[in-house]
Amino acid sequence: MTAERTWTRSHLLGLEELSADEILSILDTAQSLKEVSTRSIKKVPALRGKVMVNLFFEDSTRTKTSFSLAAQRLSADVIDFSVSTSSVSKGETLRDTARNIEAMGVDVIVVRHRSSGAPLLLSQCVECSVINAGDGSHEHPTQGLLDLFTIRETFEARGKKISDLHVAIVGDIANSRVARSNIHALTKLGARVTLVGPSTLVPGDMKKIHPNIAIAHDLDAVLPQVDVINMLRIQFERLTSAAFPSVREYSRFFGLTHERLKLCRPDVLVLHPGPMNRGLEINTNVADGDHSAILRQVSNGLAVRMAVLYLCVGANSVARNLA
Amino acid sequence: MQILLDAQHIQQTIRQLAQRVHADASLHNGHALALVGIRSRGEILAQRLADEIARLDGHSKLEVGALDITMYRDDLSTRAAITIPQGTEMNFRLDDRPVILVDDVLDTGRSVRAALDALVDFGRPRFIRLLVLVDRERREYPIAADYVGIKVDAPDPEQKVLVRLRPTDDEDVVYLQT
Repeated sequence: MTAERTWTRSHLLGLEELSADEILSILDTAQSLKEVSTRSIKKVPALRGKVMVNLFFEDSTRTKTSFSLAAQRLSADVIDFSVSTSSVSKGETLRDTARNIEAMGVDVIVVRHRSSGAPLLLSQCVECSVINAGDGSHEHPTQGLLDLFTIRETFEARGKKISDLHVAIVGDIANSRVARSNIHALTKLGARVTLVGPSTLVPGDMKKIHPNIAIAHDLDAVLPQVDVINMLRIQFERLTSAAFPSVREYSRFFGLTHERLKLCRPDVLVLHPGPMNRGLEINTNVADGDHSAILRQVSNGLAVRMAVLYLCVGANSVARNLA
Repeated sequence: MQILLDAQHIQQTIRQLAQRVHADASLHNGHALALVGIRSRGEILAQRLADEIARLDGHSKLEVGALDITMYRDDLSTRAAITIPQGTEMNFRLDDRPVILVDDVLDTGRSVRAALDALVDFGRPRFIRLLVLVDRERREYPIAADYVGIKVDAPDPEQKVLVRLRPTDDEDVVYLQT
């Protein structure tokens, strides 16, 4: 008899600590929830009566909106905790902020913070679920998952598994939590990963994370070899520093232009976490073209976040019930 | 473990149920009847029923949908574990159609309650009837089955009725676990 797969984690802090099976469980749950968004009544009652708090210390419209919509599709209530106007600006610690919110009776806190490890700290001082929406340069697990989901969906239709694929991640890898989450997810499922960017932004010791990882600084040489290209956003504040001479030079060497696309395999998949700097790291025709899955990433992101909320809040309910 | 139905008896029971559905005129007026099975064993039963009915009928097979009720259950916090859902597959509209909801065991009625909530989110059937392989008659909700394979009178909550159907399981059998 097929044993039923279960989920036991209350928190999603990163992909590094998950097993391949756990990652697949989230993807499969997301797959089953995708159809909810195609119905006329786009809701299921799974998290009815549960409360989700968006605790965003860094700006974000798309991730916050995606989580909010995901929670509402599961019939949960959503509260936005606006940091700039909150007690935090009066000097309250992260720990106190979280515990005060929890005292009002919330079931899950979705947190984005500029310090790596902030979600972990939170998970150790509250009883509710904690979901990491991006912490410093550490991880952005739901982004990694939705990228993986998009890749799996595309290539399964072509009869290929993740372990058959070669994925290039291009850009400021050193400072990218999206890159790190992608790296963990892809290598755990057996894909080959090549990190591409200027040597100042792609540190050599990232190869140590997994044997399937390679590093390259010549994008044109890598393009013909890959099935998927994940273009990271240029982060201006970092680029015009010692790391790289100018935005235009970065764009010339590492931007995905229309000409560069011709070097790629005919059915290459192009991903971008958004928001895009059109004309800089990605050419406008490429972004809108047939190879691009950028809009699909957004709708998959909704299904993935629904899955993560359902699984973690559910497991947390079970754990608290048994306590 | 007592065997209530072996593979052959399961097949016979499904055949009898198919005959009853096929003969019931009230189901065949107007829009085509649809079967919706609760995942996973209800779906297996619904598929087998549809095959039997097609055999009796000579017409093409009825449409069969698969309903995953994981997201509609009322026991999120009292469950022992959170399971990975399989998802619902209903590639047809339910509006104004007669629907037979199919499940393997009718026990407390809570699963069927959840299934009714789920179905109603997909459309507005003309009516919904319930067909089950086994009726345990330990109702906690006022739900009744319209077509029943066998009734099992075992009020002891420790005794479980276990239905095994291929391909979810390795065999076709209905046990009473004592």
